[in-house]
Amino acid sequence: MSVDVREGANRLAVGRQRPLPTNDTQASGDGDDLPPRTRRGRAAILFVALSVALVVVALVAAGSGQLRVPPLEVLGSVLRHIGIDWLPGPSHPQGDAALWDVRFPRVTMAMLVGAALAVAGAVMQGIFGNPLADPGVVGVSSGSALAASTVIVFGLTFAGSWTIALFAFAGGLVTAIAVYLLSRSQGKTEVVTLILTGIAVNAVAGAGLAFLTFLGDTQAREQIVFWQLGSLNGTRWQYVVVVLVLVVVGIAASLSFSRKLDLLSLGDRSATHLGLNVERLRAVAIVVVALLTAAAVAFCGIISFVGLVVPHMIRMIAGPGHRVLVPASALGGAVLLMLADLVARTAVAYADLPIGMITALVGGPFFFWLLRRARRSAGGWA
Amino acid sequence: MSVTDGTSGARGHAVLVARGVSVELGGNRILDEVSLEVRAGEIVALVGPNGAGKSTLLAALAGDLLPVAGSVEVGGRPLGDVGHKQLARERAVLTQEHSVSFPFTVREVTGMGRAPWRGTPAADEDETVIDAALVVTDVTRFEHRAFPTLSGGEKARTSFARVLAQGTGAMLLDEPTAALDVRHQEDVLVQAREAARAGLAVVVVLHDLSLAASYADRVAVLAGGRIVAEGAPAQVFVPATLESVYEYPIDVIVHPRTGQLVVVPLRHVGEQAPASAAVHTENSPLEVDRA
Repeated sequence: MSVDVREGANRLAVGRQRPLPTNDTQASGDGDDLPPRTRRGRAAILFVALSVALVVVALVAAGSGQLRVPPLEVLGSVLRHIGIDWLPGPSHPQGDAALWDVRFPRVTMAMLVGAALAVAGAVMQGIFGNPLADPGVVGVSSGSALAASTVIVFGLTFAGSWTIALFAFAGGLVTAIAVYLLSRSQGKTEVVTLILTGIAVNAVAGAGLAFLTFLGDTQAREQIVFWQLGSLNGTRWQYVVVVLVLVVVGIAASLSFSRKLDLLSLGDRSATHLGLNVERLRAVAIVVVALLTAAAVAFCGIISFVGLVVPHMIRMIAGPGHRVLVPASALGGAVLLMLADLVARTAVAYADLPIGMITALVGGPFFFWLLRRARRSAGGWA
Repeated sequence: MSVTDGTSGARGHAVLVARGVSVELGGNRILDEVSLEVRAGEIVALVGPNGAGKSTLLAALAGDLLPVAGSVEVGGRPLGDVGHKQLARERAVLTQEHSVSFPFTVREVTGMGRAPWRGTPAADEDETVIDAALVVTDVTRFEHRAFPTLSGGEKARTSFARVLAQGTGAMLLDEPTAALDVRHQEDVLVQAREAARAGLAVVVVLHDLSLAASYADRVAVLAGGRIVAEGAPAQVFVPATLESVYEYPIDVIVHPRTGQLVVVPLRHVGEQAPASAAVHTENSPLEVDRA
């Protein structure tokens, strides 16, 4: 039971208060029973912790691998590039080259893709009003991947590095709209409908990918297969720039409508009564989800469950308000994917494991746990 | 005590007007040329049997449903000319369904009622208005609990707090007493009464005719998509009218102490049953009042 410290409310409530209930705390692990101040305080601590983690993990990740560079030397190298000579650079002769040609683009890509996936998940959950919505689970990633694969198989290059991103976006957009229309009935998205729609969409996209794999030559096949597993291997700065632009636009847009997502949790009708143009918000949000998913999928393939795990953990710590959830998910996603990529390339010596495998290994059981919880709170489903 | 201010227009002018409104849903005509005026400072109760079109009329007044014929005006302007945001500053709506998809607290949900005023001078009062809304709906005690963990009645009261916090000139309440215990039913209508005194136009869908008789200034009885009787409760609530609308024997009495109208269905549990409930009584006497 929380203590009300606001005098006004207490005074006005005199004579209305009944005996305190004894079992007022129904812990469900979602940040219940937290006074707003605690939630706000937690959010502040969360932002600081995530920012520190982002820097520390980036420095450690960039220094890890076959050629080891201590974090302080990594920091020194970065500072030297912007003209500050406070710390020594890498002591290894190839250190600087390894960092700037291979590690930094890859770590930056992990950051951007992680942020994109986590924010896409948070926004999608907001517009579906369902914590189980995730671009990977409902098939938006697959749709994006299918369209991008056509670029690989047919060797399309009309827009340079942007070609694949363009196709990934178009594919993601078509799938996101389809999922939305298929899973929604009477202004609501039931968990079962959403998951089953995801299965159907993933199946169709999978069939398309199989057909393209069949059509493609050996090189294209290999590329598609690895890409379906998800990997940040071979990231180059020119790809990072494309993804950076998409992610910045996508996250900025998400932040601009984050408050409105709160109202949407009241349901379409009540949100409309509060002055929200629900249809327009949905349309914009679906485009943003497709954009962020495309940013992630275009060069790194299908990496699932990040959009599911990160927003859920943020909600548990700082509550469901989207003004905190969206930016905190971006930071959390960035940290999580850098860590996952670090594991992917260092867990087995001389091997670069697919990162999609790592996230699915952790995310799969987590998803199952979420499902069980959702079923319990919904009173079971037939 | 009301959380709405009394400056929203002079008492007595028409805030919500429906003119010959017809609504069709799935090819069925649910409302048939209904006209209704709701003035500032009054409570109009919509009553009638299930499927009479009460909620549909409320939705049409709220701007949720587009009439196939007729027009609805809010604050003197046709609904179509009022933007989403402006409309949200003029009327608040309490729907029958109270669900919130994420674990927002009671206070956060109530605060969402202030959304239409963001960026206006009225937003300075947000915290005060929210506090007052929490108090009058008696939810302050659990203001930091997550909405999905509340009981049905607590959810309904929280939604009502959100509607009050919206601070509009008109309030549309769809069965606000449905999930509430006796005390909280009276509380909701006392608040509606206070709001009307402060100059709001209030429309409320009610099933409890005695509640409607006690709190409403005017009552509109709907049946088959039309308003079949309209006026002060004492004029409208006569046994003949109610019996024909509800197809059940009903009596209207004056309470000996309060002098208020009490509308009672004639129950003959364990005795000889009224004609319309005879079939049920033979097998199960307790079924009578549900007939």
